[in-house]
Formats: sequence, C-alpha cells, structure tokens
Amino acid sequence: MFFGLPIISVAIWLPILFGVLVLATGDDKNAPLARILAMVGSLLGFLVTIPLYTGFVRDTSEMQFVEMHSWISRFNIHYHLGVDGISVLFILLTSFFTPIVVLAGWQVIEKRVAQYMASFLIMSGIMIGVFAALDAVLFYVFWEAMLIPMFLIIGVWGGANRVYAAVKFFLYTLLGSLLMLVALIYLYNQTGGSFEILDFHQVVIPMSAQILIFIAFFFAFAVKVPMFPVHTWLPDAHVEAPTGGSVILAAIMLKVGAYGFLRFSMPIAPDASHHLAGVMIALSLIAVVYIGLVALTQTDMKKLVAYSSISHMGFVTLGFFIFNSNGMEGALLQMISHGFVSGALFLCIGVLYDRMHSRNIADYGGVANKMPVFAAFFMLFAMANSGLPGTSGFVGEFMVILGAVKANFWYAFAAASTLVFGAAYTLWMYKRVIFGAVANHHVSELTDLTLREKAIFAVLALTVLGMGLYPLPFSEILHVSVNDLLVHVARSKLPL
Amino acid sequence: MNLMTDLMPAGAEIFLLVMACVILIADLLVKQNGNLVTYMLVQLTLMGCALITVGTHVNGVSHVMHNMFVDDLMSDVLKLLTYLSISMMLVYSRLYLTVRGLFSGEFMVLTLFATLGMMVMISAYHFLTLYLGLELLSLSLYAMVALQRDSAVATEAAMKYFILGALASGLLLYGMSLLYGATGSLELGAVSNAILSGNANKTLLVLGLVFVVSGLSFKLGVVPFHMWLPDVYHGAPTAMTMLIGSAPKLAAFAFVARVLVEGLQPLMQHWSGMLIILAIASMALGNITAIAQTNLKRMFAYSTIAHMGFLLLGFISGDIEGYSSSMFYAVIYVLMSLGAFGMIMLLSRAGFEADEITDFKGLNQRNPWLAFIMLLLMFSMAGVPPTVGFYAKFSVLNAVVQSGHVWLAVVAVLLSLIGAFYYLRIVKLMYFDAPESHAPIVFGPDTTLLISVNGLGVLLLGLLPGTLMSVCAVSVQQSLMLH
Repeated sequence: MFFGLPIISVAIWLPILFGVLVLATGDDKNAPLARILAMVGSLLGFLVTIPLYTGFVRDTSEMQFVEMHSWISRFNIHYHLGVDGISVLFILLTSFFTPIVVLAGWQVIEKRVAQYMASFLIMSGIMIGVFAALDAVLFYVFWEAMLIPMFLIIGVWGGANRVYAAVKFFLYTLLGSLLMLVALIYLYNQTGGSFEILDFHQVVIPMSAQILIFIAFFFAFAVKVPMFPVHTWLPDAHVEAPTGGSVILAAIMLKVGAYGFLRFSMPIAPDASHHLAGVMIALSLIAVVYIGLVALTQTDMKKLVAYSSISHMGFVTLGFFIFNSNGMEGALLQMISHGFVSGALFLCIGVLYDRMHSRNIADYGGVANKMPVFAAFFMLFAMANSGLPGTSGFVGEFMVILGAVKANFWYAFAAASTLVFGAAYTLWMYKRVIFGAVANHHVSELTDLTLREKAIFAVLALTVLGMGLYPLPFSEILHVSVNDLLVHVARSKLPL
Repeated sequence: MNLMTDLMPAGAEIFLLVMACVILIADLLVKQNGNLVTYMLVQLTLMGCALITVGTHVNGVSHVMHNMFVDDLMSDVLKLLTYLSISMMLVYSRLYLTVRGLFSGEFMVLTLFATLGMMVMISAYHFLTLYLGLELLSLSLYAMVALQRDSAVATEAAMKYFILGALASGLLLYGMSLLYGATGSLELGAVSNAILSGNANKTLLVLGLVFVVSGLSFKLGVVPFHMWLPDVYHGAPTAMTMLIGSAPKLAAFAFVARVLVEGLQPLMQHWSGMLIILAIASMALGNITAIAQTNLKRMFAYSTIAHMGFLLLGFISGDIEGYSSSMFYAVIYVLMSLGAFGMIMLLSRAGFEADEITDFKGLNQRNPWLAFIMLLLMFSMAGVPPTVGFYAKFSVLNAVVQSGHVWLAVVAVLLSLIGAFYYLRIVKLMYFDAPESHAPIVFGPDTTLLISVNGLGVLLLGLLPGTLMSVCAVSVQQSLMLH
C-alpha cells in the first residue's frame, strides 16, 4: 500500500482497463483515437509503477506492497500480490517497455490497430501480474493468460510464416505449463491446503518428489527462458512476430521463465536443484557456446538477435545454478540489461524492416551513409550486446563470470567465450549492414530516423549507458533478496 | 405419510408434465399465428418449474414415494441449471429452426418431455425411476433427431442413436437385474446397505456392476461405447445437437453419481479401476480423433468424448472433493457447449449450415465481437485461464492428485494438450485467415445478447469461480450419502 492505493493492483489492472477501452474504439476508422488511448494508458501504467521503486525498502527480503484478499475460498486461493528485490525490477521493466512498444507500432501497424494496441496493454498488465503474484494459482492464471494475447500478436500481425510460429509457440509453452500445474497441485496437497508460494518454500519434500517437481517446473520455465534443447520455438516466433511482439518477447517474456527458476524451482526443490545443477550448468554452457556459434551463421538479422538472446539467457541460468551471490546478482542484472539491449536491437531491426521490408543481412550495406543517426544508436546497442565495458551488457556478464570462476574455472572459461562470440556475431552483422559502400538503390533511398524513433532510441541509449556506468541503483535493490534466497537454497528440505 | 408431503418434492415434475400436455393441445389451437405463443408458453413453463423448485426446497434430504424419488440440494441445483440450459437452447435455436420449418409444437413438447426425463433422472433414488427417466429422455431425443424427415443424414443418425441406445438400455437393465438378484432390492440405499452387510454374492455384484457401467458409458458416450456420438452430433440438426450436448450431461452426471456413489459406493475399488480405463481411453481417442475432423459438429462430438472422460476422472477419487469437481465440470461443460453450438447456429442461415470448420475463417473481420466470444469459448474448452474451463480442469486434477494418482493427472494434462491444438485451430481460422464468404450474419437481438452473456460468463466465471465451486461442493456434500 502506498498512500492508501494498492499500487500493484493498479499497475496490473490499469493497462488492462485501457486495453478494453482501446478495443472498444472498434475498427480502423478510429485508429488515431486507439493510438492515443493506448499511449495514455501505457504511460499511466508506467507512472504508477514508479512508487514501487522509490518506496521500496532496500534492507529487507520481506515481500512489500503486499495485497491479500480471499479469492476462491474452496481451495484456499488468495488474490495475493507483493514484490521483493527479485521481482520489483521486472515489473518496472515491463511497464517501461509498454509505451515504447506502443510508440514503435504507431505508424507501422495499419490494420486492426485497436486490437494490436489493446493486446500489448492487456499483456503488460498480465506480465506484471506474473511477477507480483504470490499465490500459485494466481501466478498460473497470469502465466497462462499471457499466451493468448501473444498468440494473437504473432498470428495476426506477424510475417509470412506466422501461423506456424504462433501455434508452435502456444503448444510449446502450454506443454510446460500444464506439467507445472500438476506440480503446483501436488504441492498444494503437501502443504496441507495452501497455494501460497511462500508456504511452498517451507514444505519438506523427499528427494524423489523434489526431482520430479524440479523437472515439471523445468519444462515450464526452460521453455520460456528458453534453454538449450527446448529453444527452437523462439527463433520462429521472433522472426515472424511484428517488431513490438519481438521486443516484448525478448525483453520481458524470456525473463518470466528465468524468474520462475528463482521463485519456484530453487526455493521449493533446493536439494534437487543442487543435485541437478550439473545438468543445468551444462545446458547453460551449451546455450552460451553452441547457440553463440549458431548465431554467427545467421543470414536473417532477427534470427541472429533471437539466437543471441538464447545465448545470453544461457548466461543467466548459469549464474543461477552456480549458487553464489556474484553469479545470481550478475544473472539478474544480465536479465535487466538484456531486456533493454535486445529490445533496442529488435527496434533497430524494426526501423530497417519498416523501410526496406527485408531482414536479410545481404540486402543491406552502407546504411551509415544514409542513416548516420541510426547507425550511431545501432552501434551503441550492438556494443552493449557484445558486452563492452561501460554499457549495461558488461556488468552482468562480468559478475557471472566472476561467480563462475569461484565455482569452477572451466565454467568461467567456457562462459567467457561469449565475449568473443558475442562480439563476433553482433559486430560482424553490424559491419555488413551499416558499413561499406551503399549496396543497392533501396539502401540509397533510406531516410534517417524520425523524431518518434529518435525519442525511443534516446531513452533506451541513456538507460543502457546509465546502467553500464552506474549499476548501483539496480543492484542495491536485488542485494538483500538474493542473499536471502541463497541462504534458503543452501538449507536442505529433505525429511529428517 | 400423506399424499401432499409425498407429492410436494416432485411438484416441478408434475407441473411440467401438466404443462406439456396443455401445450400439446394449445398448439393445435394457436396454429395459425405461428409458434411464438407456444414458444412463450414453454419458456414460462420452465420459469414456473424454476419457481416451484426453489419454492419447494427444504433443507436436508427427503426420500419420498417409497424411496423411489429423492429431493435434495444437488437435485435442486441440477434441475435449475437444466431449466436454464433448456431455455437458452430454445432461444438459440428459434431462428435456426424457424428457417428450416422445424420450429413446431412437436419440437417444443418433445423438448419438455426430454426435460422431464432429465428431472426424473436427477431425482431418482431407485433403479426403476432412473431407468424411467433415462428412457423418457432418450425416446424424446430419438424423435427429435428424426424430426427433419426429409434429411437422410438426420434419419440415419436417429436410427443409429435409437439402435445403439436401445442396446445400452438393455445392458443397463441386465446389470440392474443382476444387482437386484444379488442384493434383493432396487432402491439405491438398500442396495448399498445389502452390499455393506457382506451377504451379497460378490461375483454377481461385480458382474452386474460391469453391465451397469457399460450402460452408463453408452449414455455418456465414453470410449469404447462412443460410436453413436459423432454420427448423431453430425447428422442431427444443430439445435438438436445442442440439446443432446448440453443439459443431458447434467442428468448424466446425476445418474452416475446416484448409481455409483449412492448405490454402489461399497464397490468403489471395482468401479474406480474401470473408470480410469474408460477415462484415459476417452481422453486419448477423443482428443486425437478430433484433430482429424473437418466438420465442426463432429469435432465437438469427439471433444465431448474427451470432456466426458475428464469428467469421469473426478469420480475415481471416491470422495466429496472428487464428486463436486465432476459436478462443477459438468456445469461448466454445458455452459461452453451451449455457447459453441449457439455460435454455429448464429452463423448459419437458410440453406447453409455453418458446421464446417472453414466456415469460421476470418470471422474476426466479419464480426469481431462474435469472434471474440468464440475465442473465449474455445480457450475455455481448451482449459486456458483466465476462462472458467481452466477451473473445471483444475478442480478435477486436484481431486485426482489428492487421491494419490499423480501419474493420472500427468496423463490427463498431456492429453488435454493435444486437445488444445484443435481448439486453437478454430481461433487460428477466425483471426489469422481471410474470410471466404462475406455474407452478412443475421441474428436477432435476443441471440446476440444471449451469446454475449454466455461468452462473457465464461470469462467472468473464470475470474470469480469461487461461488459456483462452493455451490457444487455444498450441494454434493449435503446430498450424496457416503457409506
């Protein structure tokens, strides 16, 4: 509560309400109205989340801004919301990106504008709900509800192969979620009738059950992250999604999976987490190295950034499963940073795509001659993606590598290869697209950024630089919660 | 016991029977100015039944007419829901049937008799009453499927339905007679007591149980007794399909609950094993075969098979938790089924049945609101939150896990994942594809309102499912006698 307002509820329902209002504007005759309403809704949605940051008490790992009401009394389910140091930043990240996505689709989306804008607003509210839910069923409802707008966004406004991508995305993620549902119900019965996530953290579970629970959660979260063997939906979804969809996918939805590991898998099944840490680390390193190499060979810019995302998320899961504070804090910072950077990169590609209708690297060359301002912004984000010191990308990667050295030198060695591969695929793409002579007459007709685009990129560039130069405002929020989580995970939950 | 107190609990049934006869005659007199009068009379009758059911409600369980008939909270709740869904069915199908010349007095009287059959089934506490209700329902439905006399498909469907239905009734009767032989009674409570006393012949009991379960499975349409269902759903006029696919599922739930729980609960270890097999087979076959369908009604037929399998899962836990989850599932299923078939009728017009799945192509461009309602219904059937279909699956799964069958819950969710695919395909057609036809969608204000309420109900109940869940839990708890 803050000045008597249930802030989290407002942050969830305000965008959803605006989404419904936008839908009510109807067909494309009223498109300008729909755009303005969406902008107002998303900006208000961002403003209401700011008190979550300013009013956040840094020196406790307790849940804050808690709201709790009975919801489904028959199963003892509550409408229970709250944030700790781990979740609060993601809520801000979500609400921060919604106005950007609305702005990014301002002119490009011409058909069914109201539905497009509404999908993003509703989605924003739902994703905040995922990060803030403290009741497992509430969490699950938000978690699954996320699929519906995303399914429509990819399928309606996506590229040529959108239907395949949308269905693949939906079924892949639904498979994981359903197994998680069974695990949640099992835990409900183990706790003696409570769906509180914090109660799940305390319940004693034998090893065999812990491993099964871990696997069920693994399916749900690993698909979303996505981790190595279950990552194949992501390149398809990214490539076919409209720019806004790609941004939300990369910046927020991937984080939801990683967040799940921290909120569910590790504290609920700590012994299984330790037991299976080797597997998780191996999968993470495969993602970092192998997917990094795969990214190198891509000819499609969006696919390249999609693979780069998988590789970066490998870093995040590596940071989690080495179980030290450097690793985990680094992983969380990496998640935030990756949100900004990959979001920005997809926007950059969107800018090019809107003008040229091609994502093929080979169709470009010498863009810098025609779009110098764009080239400068793109350079910054490309550098951040390769982890250049001074950008946000560096902080997280460095901390994770530091943590990995403490755990095992060879983990760190393999992980550090990303600094080479990341730089290679990003900068090589950058070189081919931006530098050189003007490749063809399409490129020569390019126009530089509009004011709207400049505004978006300026905000993102400032954030990326700011976080790189002075990460303390981000890390100080995480610190206590992360340490508390590590202490919790170190305790065995096996029955005596 | 005096006659009045004996008859009071059956007041709604008596009223309905009287009104059905009155309407049959009244229909002859008002034939000239259409069937609107008859239609209104039927709706009023249903409303009257609802008032009587609420008015005669007493706390506790009352067995009347020599324990042949039971009036309890569960029966009252189920009956009210039956009236509601029949009334909705009539609103949905009025225009559809009028255009096809089937909106006749016979149709409405048969509907009322079918309703009466369901009510008797819901309140039966005796094998004979159960059988009576079931036959009244079935015979009315056979006739209704065949009502479209010049349609070869419909006639074939009716024949299939009749022959297989008669076979099922035979199985059921045979099973009942075996149980009678073993226990010496046809009354559910007495059967249960006789089994508990341990004097009944075990072999005979289990043999009888097998036949009874087979008969029930026929009526529910679960694998391997499902053969009639796709043909009947497909062949019957959509309004009749809607009738078959909605309210009778409530009666079927009551039927299973009365027979297996009130009568044969002591044999639970035997029937729960049978139900597990039936449920898994139904969910597997229903969901997988539905993928291959191109006809929407056929697809929904297979989806019904899968849903009924899921519903049966609630029973295997053998406790109140499980039974109430099954009841909740049945209620939700009826709500979704009404909406889905309502949508098919809304989109169809004279000489055109919108029952191919391609007929839904590009609905979002033709009418975004209807597409949105259908989207809600489809996601609800697939069990995706925040729609209420999720809670139906959730509560059944909870009962299954609670009874220690975690593996079964995993099987069930994996099979419903397969099911999600074909519901998703409808959404895909509506939203991602371009429309094939631009014919205007004609419908009255009553159906528009109803389909909106129906679709939004699926969403609102999904946001606040607590009350309905509690109603189901309380009514099962107060009504079913567990031994």
